[in-house]
Amino acid sequence: MFERFFLELRSAGVPASLREYLTLLEAMESGLADYKVEDFYYLSRSCLVKDERHIDRFDQVFGTVFKGLETVNDDSQTEIPEEWLRSLAARMFTEEEKREIEALGGWEKLMETLKERLEEQKKRHQGGSKWIGTGGTSPFGADGYNPEGIRIGQKESRHQRAVKVWDKREFKNFDDKVELGTRNIKVALRRLRKFAREGAADELDLDGTIRATAERGYLDVKLVAERHNAAKVLLFLDAGGSMDMYVRMVEELFSACRTEFKHLEYFYFHNCPYDHVWRDNKRRHDERTSLWDVLHTYPSDYKVVFVGDASMSPYEIVYPGGAVEYWNEEAGVTWMERVLNVYAHAVWLNPVEQNWWGHTQSIGMINQIMSERMFPFTLEGLDEAMRELSR
Amino acid sequence: MNKETRFEGTSTFIATEDLMVAVNAAVALERPLLIKGEPGTGKTVLAQEIAASLGRPLIPWHIKSTTKAQQGLYEYDAVARLRDSQLGDAKVNDIANYIVRGKLWDAFEMDTRPVLLIDEIDKADIEFPNDLLQELDRMEFFVYETQQTIKATNRPIVVITSNNEKELPDAFLRRCFFHYIQFPDEGTMRAIVDVHYPGIQKQLVSEALNMFFAVRDVPGLKKKPSTSELLDWLKLLVAEDISAEDLRSNNSKTMVPPLYGALLKTEQDVHMLERLAFMSRQQR
Repeated sequence: MFERFFLELRSAGVPASLREYLTLLEAMESGLADYKVEDFYYLSRSCLVKDERHIDRFDQVFGTVFKGLETVNDDSQTEIPEEWLRSLAARMFTEEEKREIEALGGWEKLMETLKERLEEQKKRHQGGSKWIGTGGTSPFGADGYNPEGIRIGQKESRHQRAVKVWDKREFKNFDDKVELGTRNIKVALRRLRKFAREGAADELDLDGTIRATAERGYLDVKLVAERHNAAKVLLFLDAGGSMDMYVRMVEELFSACRTEFKHLEYFYFHNCPYDHVWRDNKRRHDERTSLWDVLHTYPSDYKVVFVGDASMSPYEIVYPGGAVEYWNEEAGVTWMERVLNVYAHAVWLNPVEQNWWGHTQSIGMINQIMSERMFPFTLEGLDEAMRELSR
Repeated sequence: MNKETRFEGTSTFIATEDLMVAVNAAVALERPLLIKGEPGTGKTVLAQEIAASLGRPLIPWHIKSTTKAQQGLYEYDAVARLRDSQLGDAKVNDIANYIVRGKLWDAFEMDTRPVLLIDEIDKADIEFPNDLLQELDRMEFFVYETQQTIKATNRPIVVITSNNEKELPDAFLRRCFFHYIQFPDEGTMRAIVDVHYPGIQKQLVSEALNMFFAVRDVPGLKKKPSTSELLDWLKLLVAEDISAEDLRSNNSKTMVPPLYGALLKTEQDVHMLERLAFMSRQQR
């Protein structure tokens, strides 16, 4: 009955199973959602989606399948904030042009046109005067008239060491489902496991019981805490910029970590940690966590793992205000040192091949800050890093 | 569908439409209903309200980090039996005397169909949900010690709440209906306040709600105040006899709400709000 809906959901990445689909059919048969589209929507959502993170995807698919709408290309380009476009447009147009725009219907109209164009646009395109693309004369797009080289909607950096980047990259949150090829990494990460006795006493202590019984002359049962993995890890992941090409590798590490630790907290940063980190890459601009809060929240027995290529301009490390995304009051090095002061066990994993480290100044600088605890992102490097952490 | 078995909220609980659909589906198809949502949005209260509205008894099972799935079924008190055997008690011959029933057993053997609340399932060990898969699916389990099968006479309405501290296994999720309680918008919130404090001054409520949502919007709060905190706060405001005017004049002066202790639960949050208020005063 709703096979297409079901299949579309699955291809959109909502992990609905056949069993859940059958549940939906059963619910329909028993007349739970007869005459209202809303009821059917709520019912199918309740049956098929089991995680609030997937509800958004579900909504999109529902809209597409049942209203016959085309899927709007889910490009990062549609996420350009209006504020920024306004300021860009304000800088780029002459007074005369601004009046023309007013005549067209004002800024509202301009924004609308932009949105329409974004939706119409199907292919990559360069030049021309209407489409949003690169190097054209359209007011929207990247590398056009903008002398500062500020870019919109460009997924990969052209140059790896741009001084100022404004790219509203919608880094998808690192998916923790990548399981393939992570076996090796898991083997290395397992070194991190530290078995410690912690928690409630609910396991029979055989030796203790025998000893106590012998001493007292009656059966005296002794219990000890269950053995479980007590390794606590704070993971800081570099997101975006020059890291784009390593995202896949990071994803693998991430997905391996998830299953290995009792406590795993992860935060994202960009290039170098400053006063803020964030948990959700999609919401990095409005839901940031103060690094002070992180330092105060997690006790010093957490082990810290940075993952990043440490490739940036040296300014981003040593000077206040060197960050590519906003004005940082204090230099990256200050923040790095604060983190290292709290957490004695810390390593930096670098996906860049070790042979090339010498060619990028900032890698050496970070390595120095980490007191040479930077390791290459290879099985061997991981092994060393984990040994360093479990010391 | 039978009118009696439909859940439509109660006089003390405002249910949104999507929540009603989810509850009714779970009741009709006899599957567990998994409820997630921000703390303080009424996940636990929901089970009580379902029980009240459908006229069913409620069996709450609150999960702790040490709770084992087996404890929900039954426990065999071997230590008591050992002790009794040393004392020569006649009871000892029947092992059934030492089987202590769990909440699930109680729920299965009820005469009427009860509501079973498994509260905060994410608190338990990661294997806990897996251990209950068959029991919740087939609504039966086997007692090894007495070789008997306990089967539900009336399949209970199972409500499970989770605070998202741990991921639940897929196999478990597949057997449940799922509902995520979103934080109520202002309209719903007003309705919620209404059912809790019917006589309260309208003006006070709207001033208080404005303040409440403003506090929630402050970025970086460790613990955003939730519905239950709002209700407590309103109660305090009424008890302290603070009027809407007081609230408004206070609002323009300081930004820190009066009696904020009911809204903000950590010292850092209070400090932060005070700092913001100080900054906004200086800008003026």
